[in-house]
Amino acid sequence: MKSLYLSPGMQKKLILDSDLLDLTISRLCQQLIENHNDFSETVIIGMQPRGIFVADILHKKLEKDTKKEIPLGYLDATFHRDDFRRREIPAKASETRIPFIIEGKKVVLVDDVLFTGRSIRAAMDSMIAFGRPATVELVVLIDRKYNRELPIAADYVGKTVNTLTSQRVLVELEAQGHKQNKIWLINKD
Amino acid sequence: MSKLSQKHLLGIKDITREDIELIFETADNFKEVINRPIKKVPSLRDVTIANVFFENSTRTRLSFELAQKRLSADVVNFSASNSSVKKGETLLDTVNNILAMKVDMIVMRHASPGAPHYLAKHINANIVNAGDGTHEHPTQALLDTFSIREKLGDVSGKKIAIIGDILHSRVALSNIFALQKLGAKVMVCGPPTLLPKFIKHLGVEVEFDVRKALLWCDVANVLRIQLERQHIKYFPSLREYSLYYGITKKVLDSLKKPIIIMHPGPINRGVELSSDAADSSHSIILDQVENGVAVRMAVLYLLAGATA
Repeated sequence: MKSLYLSPGMQKKLILDSDLLDLTISRLCQQLIENHNDFSETVIIGMQPRGIFVADILHKKLEKDTKKEIPLGYLDATFHRDDFRRREIPAKASETRIPFIIEGKKVVLVDDVLFTGRSIRAAMDSMIAFGRPATVELVVLIDRKYNRELPIAADYVGKTVNTLTSQRVLVELEAQGHKQNKIWLINKD
Repeated sequence: MSKLSQKHLLGIKDITREDIELIFETADNFKEVINRPIKKVPSLRDVTIANVFFENSTRTRLSFELAQKRLSADVVNFSASNSSVKKGETLLDTVNNILAMKVDMIVMRHASPGAPHYLAKHINANIVNAGDGTHEHPTQALLDTFSIREKLGDVSGKKIAIIGDILHSRVALSNIFALQKLGAKVMVCGPPTLLPKFIKHLGVEVEFDVRKALLWCDVANVLRIQLERQHIKYFPSLREYSLYYGITKKVLDSLKKPIIIMHPGPINRGVELSSDAADSSHSIILDQVENGVAVRMAVLYLLAGATA
């Protein structure tokens, strides 16, 4: 797949608009269905704070397409982060809501943007409190290439983007109160 | 913003409403953590905390220690009764010696009001006041108000009566500050001898009749008679106190309205609170204890995390 690039001179570039996002979500759902059949052993876990919106969208579509009830949870990994006391202000926690046990389940972890990989590491660490999953897979809407700090890769990727550390991916979803679904790549001044 | 305005938690007087709300929001998340099958998170993995108790405590100390362990902190305990304090060491020397062993935070209880404030001026570590004499007991007030918020949805606009030995109570003072900052109306009630003379200046209502206080309030926070701090007689006998100020199930039922009963513990059953009242459905005393761990985790997490 061709990846997208923003030159340092430009201010911002649209990565995904509403139509493209719908297509991307449909593709991700098809790929998930291919690998998970009837979803009887699968649970979906959205990562706080922003991955939950992507998880909601995926979950809704998957339940519609498969006509099955699929467990959905939200996971906050703030207390498992490795940068505590290494940043000036402690990260603010969000709600964790996993009303099921993940022991022996196939976990599909969902986040909006994969960057350094550190939050995914924290998420896998915090997941252990809810049981030992059979497998863990990762779905991300945007994969920021060349920025990984840990050996972590996504199994399902919406769009791969070549970015610099000085750039930022801005995800605006209707579920977050934005007018339209839009995902931007912007240069931090 | 996810940072407290203070480096220490010395008293509720020094912190803002935003601080209290941040602690509550963080405590909500920790309450979820301590109800998981695995109740431990690794946040404070490289933090060492000393619990320095110059005064007796069961609940507070246990609650702090559990909070610290659930955050994966290293914990050392110190109690004055079997230490060099008995040999004449000063407070500052004692604490500096503990800090020399690379301790990051101090949780301290002391019989002298202002002892943690004095320490805060001289040492670099974060200090959490776990009760200083008759002055403040900030984490107790935080867990009390957190429990009210949990039960009633909000603290703002609610009426809270603090009943009993106000004069010797650090819980009362911290609660008054916390409740007022969160927009609640506060009344104190007790025999005139156990109410501080100028308490009205704090903007609280004063009532001597416990029944009137109970009729007025949504929540009654009942305090223990602190005989260990009473060096003169403030009332004729415990039996008489219990007769006039003791709260029983019968009294609560006769109010014919919903009311929440709180108590910071330890309860003197049959004195300020009868057994049937303490164990009734009105009582949220054990919720307070559970919330205490979550609230203390939040305080320690927020203080330890703010490195700037």
